Amino acid sequence: MEVPKDLRYTIEHEWIRVNDGKAVIGITQFAQDQLGDVVFVEMPALDSQITIENTMGVVESVKTVSDLYAPASGKVVAVNTDLETQPELVNSEPYGKGWIIEVELSDPKELESLLTPEQYSKQCEQEQ
Amino acid sequence: MSQESSTELKTTPFYNIHKELGAKLVPFAGWDMPIQYKGVIQEHLCVRNGVGIFDVSHMGEMDIRGKESKKLLQKLVTNDIEKMLDHSILYTVMCYEDGGVVDDLLVHRFSEDHYFLCVNAANSDKDFQWVRKIAAAYDVTVSDTSAETAQLAIQGKDSEQLLQRLCDVSLNDLRYYHFKKAKIHKNDCIISRTGYTGEDGFELYTDSSLAEPLFLKILEEGKSFNIQPIGLAARDTLRLEMGYALYGNDITAKTSPLEAGLGWVVKLQKEDFVGKESLNKQKEAGLKRKLVGIKLLQRGVLRPHYPVFAEGQPVGELTSGTFSPSLNMGIGLCYVSPEHSQVGTRLAVGIRNQQVPAEIVKPPFVPPGVKH
Repeated sequence: MEVPKDLRYTIEHEWIRVNDGKAVIGITQFAQDQLGDVVFVEMPALDSQITIENTMGVVESVKTVSDLYAPASGKVVAVNTDLETQPELVNSEPYGKGWIIEVELSDPKELESLLTPEQYSKQCEQEQ
Repeated sequence: MSQESSTELKTTPFYNIHKELGAKLVPFAGWDMPIQYKGVIQEHLCVRNGVGIFDVSHMGEMDIRGKESKKLLQKLVTNDIEKMLDHSILYTVMCYEDGGVVDDLLVHRFSEDHYFLCVNAANSDKDFQWVRKIAAAYDVTVSDTSAETAQLAIQGKDSEQLLQRLCDVSLNDLRYYHFKKAKIHKNDCIISRTGYTGEDGFELYTDSSLAEPLFLKILEEGKSFNIQPIGLAARDTLRLEMGYALYGNDITAKTSPLEAGLGWVVKLQKEDFVGKESLNKQKEAGLKRKLVGIKLLQRGVLRPHYPVFAEGQPVGELTSGTFSPSLNMGIGLCYVSPEHSQVGTRLAVGIRNQQVPAEIVKPPFVPPGVKH
């Protein structure tokens, strides 16, 4: 299962990629594989605030509903509107075109509490 | 998802094939069953556009023999057994005295004194006890043949052409809801033109101890039709696009077949049957709720137990819901009060504290491809 080295992770299978005080958030390869075909993504509104460890949206596959948890706190500065018509991008490119939102981080130190790629890989092995 | 431990689960004769094919296996009605192989949407579309094969060996089978077989079945089920011809099949329900549904099932008639029933996996033991109880007053023998029977469903427009290559009898003249005895590959089978997908297709019943090679042979022969194995997840989306009721969701011991839109299998004019009096009373008093189709008017997914609202007031609840891969929209079945059951009625479904616009529609949601 692909776990890119340049990302940090939550135990609920979100990833976050930090770049210059902003961060892109999505769900992992492992998560999309567990969910199966994603058919609907409910994202937080543009300019809304998300808070670390709180729900920020929902991913629905044919089989099931899964909450999205914020890996960090901040203001939503972009949402992936492509997912409104092509939610399957979450399956095909979870770390690329299947990204979900971009946030302006309010406290970059929060990231230290997230899992490293090594820790996250271990967790996936245990859940497998 | 069920929490049953895997040690208690039953497996079908095709269990090892599923594992080799990379299926995700989950506990279902006491069985370790493939929920999907490559993905529910592509499996769904594979059946809609070509042909797919399902392991449905978890379904229960019962054999009824003896000179009062017909009489017993007339008492047991709500539909009319009288007019059935040899090698025909009837869809029906059987009810409790209060009109609640014991199960929905298929009755296959070999002859007036020999029938076999196909029932839901989750109800198999309960049904067998129930049938035996009713049968005690009749000169019949009832046997549970589930364990020694494997069942495969081959569904989709190419299923006839594919199976004909392996089958020693003509399938062209096998009509919808009829069956034949046949040799398919090396297996003695009962082959019926039935299914739970809305597509043309067949269901095969065969000796479970010899069944494994048959699945592999159909997969191999089906390569030229791009056949795929299909899991239970797609079985559910396929049936729901047809508006077919599922026991445990849409019909239960607490629902009436009249409310569930199954009045067409309840023959109140026939002689006595279990539940007749209650169902007659219900009909005379008027139904309190009706099972109808519902579709979301914006993108989203429907799920069982979502509440249904009319002008902000709760008027019912979904019993089945999914995302339709054919239509790319949320579809479901729900019980609503009769005044809200008209086709075209605008309602709303409660999804995570939002009321999302929806509309009552008449199933099937997708045109069926069955061959009448």
